Amino acid sequence: MPLMSATELAQQLFNALQWGSFYALIALGYSMVYSILMLFNFAHGDVFMVGAYIGFFVATALLGLAGAGLLFSSSWALFVLTLLLTMFLTSFVGVAVERVAYRPLRDAPRASAAITGLMVGIFMETFILWRLGASRRYFPPLLETKTFQIATVHVTNIKVLTILLSLALMLALNIFIQKTKTGMAMRAMSFDYAIVPLMGVPMDRIIVLTFALGSSLAGAASVLFALSYPVLEPYMGVIIGWKAFVAAILGGRGSILGAVLGGFLLGVIEILVAALLTSTMRDLVAYSIVLLILTFRPYGLFGEEYSARLRI
Amino acid sequence: MKRVGLLLLFGLLVIALVACQPGARAAYGGVIKIGHVAPLTGDIPKVGEEGKYALEMWLEDLEKAGGLEVGGVKYKVEVIHEDNESKAESAANATSKLIAEDKVLAIIGPYASKQAIPAGEVANKMKTPLISPWSTNPRTTKGRPFVFRAAFLDDFQGRMLAKFVQDEFGAKKVAVLYDVASDYPKGLAEFFKQGAEELGIEVVAFETFTTKDRDFSAQLTKIINSDAEVLFTPQYYDEVPLIVKQAHQLGWDKPILGSDSWASPELMNLCGDDCVGSFFSAHWAVAGAKGAAKEFIDRFQSKYGYAPGDVAALAWDSAHLLQQAIQGCGKLTGKLEEDRQCIRDALANIKQYEGITGKMSFNEEGDPIKCAVIVRINENYEFEFYKQACP
Repeated sequence: MPLMSATELAQQLFNALQWGSFYALIALGYSMVYSILMLFNFAHGDVFMVGAYIGFFVATALLGLAGAGLLFSSSWALFVLTLLLTMFLTSFVGVAVERVAYRPLRDAPRASAAITGLMVGIFMETFILWRLGASRRYFPPLLETKTFQIATVHVTNIKVLTILLSLALMLALNIFIQKTKTGMAMRAMSFDYAIVPLMGVPMDRIIVLTFALGSSLAGAASVLFALSYPVLEPYMGVIIGWKAFVAAILGGRGSILGAVLGGFLLGVIEILVAALLTSTMRDLVAYSIVLLILTFRPYGLFGEEYSARLRI
Repeated sequence: MKRVGLLLLFGLLVIALVACQPGARAAYGGVIKIGHVAPLTGDIPKVGEEGKYALEMWLEDLEKAGGLEVGGVKYKVEVIHEDNESKAESAANATSKLIAEDKVLAIIGPYASKQAIPAGEVANKMKTPLISPWSTNPRTTKGRPFVFRAAFLDDFQGRMLAKFVQDEFGAKKVAVLYDVASDYPKGLAEFFKQGAEELGIEVVAFETFTTKDRDFSAQLTKIINSDAEVLFTPQYYDEVPLIVKQAHQLGWDKPILGSDSWASPELMNLCGDDCVGSFFSAHWAVAGAKGAAKEFIDRFQSKYGYAPGDVAALAWDSAHLLQQAIQGCGKLTGKLEEDRQCIRDALANIKQYEGITGKMSFNEEGDPIKCAVIVRINENYEFEFYKQACP
């Protein structure tokens, strides 16, 4: 008996692509911040979580306005507006994290800054718990889920949207970093954190921008995530945050392409392990594979030995 | 001079202490403390909320009656709520805190077996009676004379559901998807599998995930490709909507069966149309309830704005079982150890009890033998009585 039919394999790969999109989008935030500050922003998973709640309130408010006839009621327009507003607002969460947790400790040992990041993350979780209560929030279905089949693969419009939109955002980020002056400044900063500011690159502004960009990607991820998995809770960012962090390391610190491929690779490994072996062993086997990859490529798939400069 | 002053102070203290003793016979200063260990935050906060509300209603009744009368003395009853965050460790900690620091006479809770099993161990060791309203895993009470429950057991529930799969759907092949990191789903999934195999039903997919997973596409794809005819998923209300929706999106159009953990008022808020038509086992059915159960439902509904689920009803029954045991003690001595022992003995002596979740008789393990119902989720999002199943 073959391990898996072709039909099932195709379905599982599609599942993996969709699931990996979230890892990839979140991993980008880790990688960008690391390349510039040499610091892993451990609050990033919780920025994703706050993004989901922001998305929830934005979507609810917009649906309310649309219901009252004060706004166009096309569901696609509402979705795009929710996505953009959530990305915009979530970027401020990232900026606030930088201001509170990292800027005061910029000259402190990196370990201390990592810890303040963790603390701010816990603060966000418990703050949401305190303000909104422990009850689950149900993310409103902005887009009606439509199920259809491509050959033998069952897909939904939302899953396809997730994959396409994630790829588009990654492409946009790539262009921004490659082609714009600000992007160039970011790359320069990641090259040398000490000297580049002396050449007139505004350090604080670039750092703030890096956090804003990374967080807005997490915000986009959270809206897409909530459309597929609409039950929101204050700790939803913890595990996915950690796993995206693994994806960023797997891809190679500072590498945009690495973070993206690391995210997708992690999705594929997780899904295929669950599909081929028992699902009980999923994380055990999946992360053993990650361990093995890192043993042979300690700097990740696209890592560089002595630096973590921002690159493609 | 100094010594006289000290003596005087000491004398005053003695007088004050004696004078403070209210009514010589009421033990514990006239207040009976009961602990309540519940998941007020964490994965299933609605469960904790329902339990808390049911106990508040119980206290309201007691207050109206002027207190709980034990051996001719009226006691004020106080419930101390402790959050177990839906975690096993926190449940054990909360239980020992209630017993050692708050010096409660007895404990109601925890609810989920994941917390009730460790908490039961603590309570049993510290010789304090504990009633878990909702835990169905046999290990909660097994070999623990101080631990009781108000719910039926998973070996019964698992077998009963397997029988239902055979009778209702005539299925020969079933799939199971459950959380391997949580005692309740794991235990029940295994009992169901056992029951199914005994009936000659083949379990063609026995898939797992771990708590807090949100994506089940890998497992569900496997299940869909396994030619199973029914999917059984004994999960809590925060996972069920995700599992059911994802199953439908991946092309599953066959029946989905659940267990008593589905029965939360929150389920349909999260699941909507996807859950309509599913069946699950329950301790009672809200739609179509009669008598005392109906009264309880109406009162709860008007007070808190939603219809109570199984948890609220079982917490209510647990509180009344405990009340009966405390009164059955005759009188309280004021010595914690003696009174706790006495309440335990009285609980163990209750052979029959008519609760709002049905008639129960207790076996020597302290487990009730009672009927379960199968409910169907109807088009109005109500949990409708479908069938009764008795041991």
